[in-house]
Amino acid sequence: MQYWAIQTLNSLALGGLLFLLAAGFSLIFGLMRIANLTHGALYMLGAYFGTSILKTVPNLWLAALIGGLAVGLLGGLFEKFVLRRLGGNILGQVLVTLGVAFILADVCLVVWGGDPLPIPTPPALQQPVRIAGLAFPAYRLAVVVIAVLVGILLYLLMERTRLGAMIRAGVDDMEMARACGIPVSRLFTTVFCLGAALAGAGGIIGGPIMSAYPGLDADMLPLALIVVILGGLGSLVGAFVGSFVIGFVYTFGVALLPDLAYVILFLPMILVIAFRPRGLFGKFAA
Amino acid sequence: MKRGIGYGIAALALVGVPFFSGEYYINLASQIFIFAIFAASINLLLGYGGLPTLGHAAYLGVAAYVPALLHLKLGLGHWISAPAALFGTTLMACAFGLIALRATGLGFLMLTLALSQVLWGTALRWVSMTDGDNGLRGPARPFNLDDATSFYYFALAVTAVSIWLMARFVASPFGATLQGTRDQPRRMSALGHDVWMIRWVTFIYAGFWGGVSGLLFIYYHKYIHPVSLSLANSAEGLLAVIAGGSGTVAGPIVGAAVVMLLKNYVSAYVERWNMLMGFVFVLIVVFMPEGLVPGVRRLWRRFRSVT
Repeated sequence: MQYWAIQTLNSLALGGLLFLLAAGFSLIFGLMRIANLTHGALYMLGAYFGTSILKTVPNLWLAALIGGLAVGLLGGLFEKFVLRRLGGNILGQVLVTLGVAFILADVCLVVWGGDPLPIPTPPALQQPVRIAGLAFPAYRLAVVVIAVLVGILLYLLMERTRLGAMIRAGVDDMEMARACGIPVSRLFTTVFCLGAALAGAGGIIGGPIMSAYPGLDADMLPLALIVVILGGLGSLVGAFVGSFVIGFVYTFGVALLPDLAYVILFLPMILVIAFRPRGLFGKFAA
Repeated sequence: MKRGIGYGIAALALVGVPFFSGEYYINLASQIFIFAIFAASINLLLGYGGLPTLGHAAYLGVAAYVPALLHLKLGLGHWISAPAALFGTTLMACAFGLIALRATGLGFLMLTLALSQVLWGTALRWVSMTDGDNGLRGPARPFNLDDATSFYYFALAVTAVSIWLMARFVASPFGATLQGTRDQPRRMSALGHDVWMIRWVTFIYAGFWGGVSGLLFIYYHKYIHPVSLSLANSAEGLLAVIAGGSGTVAGPIVGAAVVMLLKNYVSAYVERWNMLMGFVFVLIVVFMPEGLVPGVRRLWRRFRSVT
């Protein structure tokens, strides 16, 4: 019983981290029609930033905020000075994000070395929480809470603010939005910053669970891809639901059939593609 | 006529390589051939079908793993393992095509990437089967091709036949309809062509040739590691196609040579191949999006019109 409770919580925590990653990916895709393949690398960069920031700033949450801002800034610069030059050339943009992903991964290897770097759990959350006689790791509960909070904030941002309305207008019909005087190019930079910042902060928040190691990008990117394929491209709700589905499938896959966990990831993907190619909540046929 | 002479000279030069170069360069040339088949098979999808695949390493990797596994686990020889590898990858391409071709464009790219990453993760984690990060030792080369020169001629022959068959494919009426689906899928559909079927057949054909390159790969290296299934490997193939010029027969061959030379020379001095590959990717996309072969051809035409 205890074992299954822990596995459930692990699934939820992984789902939460995936949501931080996939929400940005999905937003960027929805608005800019770019499959941003740097997203895994930005997550890893965030985790490594976290290890360095924590040497001077002792608080994990503050570190996540600083690291997220730093990664977001880098993402914004990349969008403004590289991707912008390739406006309209979608395949070119994707290939550039791929190239930058390789560069970032190698830079991390040069700067932080090849050994995994742990990120300590905040002392306040090291004691397990006891609910109904079962012990739950407090930190993982906190991750789930944060993911849900971020989800609610993003939802409010998209549905209740002027910025969100502009983004939605851009997603629905970019040319018409531009004709109405919405600064779509600035919107692109904003959304790219936001997506990169979420990924970077996710890397640090995920640090106490996954730590920072070379190859973290390659581990996270396919999961995020499968999440957005499952949830539907450009859909926030889809990213949320997809993240937790994949969190469960992957965690229980690893627990029950450790050798074939990756094959099990196929199943939800194939089912969705067979019966609903645009994803569970997607607006576009991909 | 002029073309024929050009091909003749190229053929003579390739046949002559082992006579005037050392073993290092002979082996490097063999690797370029293997990589050229891989890149050419990506070019079928990207260049002629307009389908950007980022998961083609799956076919190379599986076709390399199958003979290694059949040899190690069941002790089967080449006469069974080689056809099994090619048949297996072709069958896999049939199945993956059904999934990936639910989408085109970026959706297709993401689906192919996700599918190949699943295989990569499986190869890395299914330690009892694939020995994970240690990789697998492959069987000895067939036909006693153990020295560099005889393997070179073997690879040259296979590559020549492969490239020729792929060139025939795109020059055929079917290839013309394929390029039609790339440029005007709706019109092709209105003209009564089954666009999806054309793409699927091409996907399977490209998967088969990816498998051929994988078979040569395991014969050459006698070793296979999950990295061959990784995104980096798919990206290298894609880079070769784009660097050389997608949608041309010569492009992927030139691109494969450039990428392989770069990789071998640079890795000899610094260990930063991935970073360099990333930079080359960015530079080519930003400054030379059409690739080397069309770029040089355009310069040549301009040069001729001046003189």
